[in-house]
Amino acid sequence: MSERYEVRLSGAGGQGLVLAGVILAEAAALYDGKNAVQTQSYGPEARGGASKSEVIISEFSIDYPKATEIDLLLCLTQEACDKYTSDLKKKGIIIADSRMVKDLPKGDYVIYNLPIMDTAKEKVGKTFVANIVALGAIAHLVEEVSFDSVLKAVLSRVPKGTENLNKRELVG
Amino acid sequence: MSEKVVFYQGNEACAEGALYAGCKFFAGYPITPSTEVAEFLARRLPKEGGAFIQMEDEIAAMAAVIGASLTGAKSLTATSGPGMSLKLENLGFACITEVPCVILNVMRGGPSTGLPTGPSQADVMQARWGTHGDHPAIALVPGSVQETFTETVRAFNLAERLRTPVILLTDEIIGHMREKFTIPAKGEIEIWDRPRPTVPPEEYKPYDTSEGIIPPMADFGSGYRWHVTGLNHDETGFPTNIPSLVEPEERRLMAKVTENLDIIEKYEYIEKKGSKVAIVAFGSSARSTRSAIAKAAEGGINVDFLRLVTLWPFPSHVVNEMADKVDVIIVPEMNLGQMIEEVERSVKGKAEVTGVNRADGEPITPDQILEKIREVS
Repeated sequence: MSERYEVRLSGAGGQGLVLAGVILAEAAALYDGKNAVQTQSYGPEARGGASKSEVIISEFSIDYPKATEIDLLLCLTQEACDKYTSDLKKKGIIIADSRMVKDLPKGDYVIYNLPIMDTAKEKVGKTFVANIVALGAIAHLVEEVSFDSVLKAVLSRVPKGTENLNKRELVG
Repeated sequence: MSEKVVFYQGNEACAEGALYAGCKFFAGYPITPSTEVAEFLARRLPKEGGAFIQMEDEIAAMAAVIGASLTGAKSLTATSGPGMSLKLENLGFACITEVPCVILNVMRGGPSTGLPTGPSQADVMQARWGTHGDHPAIALVPGSVQETFTETVRAFNLAERLRTPVILLTDEIIGHMREKFTIPAKGEIEIWDRPRPTVPPEEYKPYDTSEGIIPPMADFGSGYRWHVTGLNHDETGFPTNIPSLVEPEERRLMAKVTENLDIIEKYEYIEKKGSKVAIVAFGSSARSTRSAIAKAAEGGINVDFLRLVTLWPFPSHVVNEMADKVDVIIVPEMNLGQMIEEVERSVKGKAEVTGVNRADGEPITPDQILEKIREVS
């Protein structure tokens, strides 16, 4: 892997993007034995407003903790997709929700337009588990973190009694 | 308790560090981006034999911290800019009454309520001169989650040993950033307690300096009685305005810091061969600096780096020596130029001093610093 693998999870406040970032970073740092740093950026609102969570994964120590040349971008709103695509590396991965993001960016990217919100709603009836569905997609696509580690990190972070629900969402 | 590896936020590491240092009391008023410290200690302190109080505002929280410390409990409060402004009056009270306590300020954009969720380093001068009057000031500026833990422990140790308030100055990035870190085993870091009186209660004078400049401090409720006032006082603790008693006490307050620099000052100095440029930075700007210096080295430019872990007292002598070697000193800080004034004062015109500044709620990027390095090289 290159020195830094940079992930940005973007969307709106309340979509669980910070928690998803924490889980992804914990998977890399605590279960895969790598270094990881997670940061966040959000507005003063509890719900709505732009929100993003970033994870840097590296075999080396990580100085600057924010993403500047992104390897993987998750977009759960059209606004986030429009705003952040320009920070993506060439051949970088975009995972965009097929319900929320209708206008996909053009450029030298690998784009996955996935039914993240719909999967959360139809399979569980709860759109708020969309973050865990998205993590499942990321865990399948990214070599820098193993699926087993993401699963372990999810189960150690989610509320008691929802482990099976979250496991089902992750495995999809 | 054995060593434990966790994935924590800076704010959580501060709270954990406080518990490690023996903190038994927290009073605060929640404010972004420091709230996680209060949340963490509200859960943990009662289980560790301590007490947590959410007060009606930051003024009362600072007062409660001083009161708790007077009973012998190591005490902490956590806040951000707007709350720090409110705590300043009582911070001065803690300075003159010599009550140990630790105040965390997780810096956000200002002035006033400013940018609640955006990082900043614009409280540099407030940490030194925020409360009025000549007073001692110690401010520690950790640059990682691990260091937030160790510097919190050190803040408590310094507060106790020197009987003075200690400010921990972080920012939204250091406070909210999560990293892997190791909670050391119990006993791995030495823990200090304030000096306590050895004389019987009837002979106790609260500001008796016959044994040294840090007078022993009796716990309220332990049978010792003493008068605590924000007025200038003599060794009995009662007010005085006699000039020959006032000034020596004022000078002693300052000497507690200036005569203990060996335990207060802390910095990391990375010197490179033949460098003509140096950078002075702290906190999250120091992380950007480290990335920028690595990139500059790839391009064949060597840059020296002084990373401060203690911001106040400012290590003027170190910066002055740096100026003998390099031609230019760069000062990146997330404000419009505060620490740069201390750097300029320290180099006494021996080197050019230039800033990299940002005040839009976004961190200084490595590329911004790299651009400045290339410009002056």
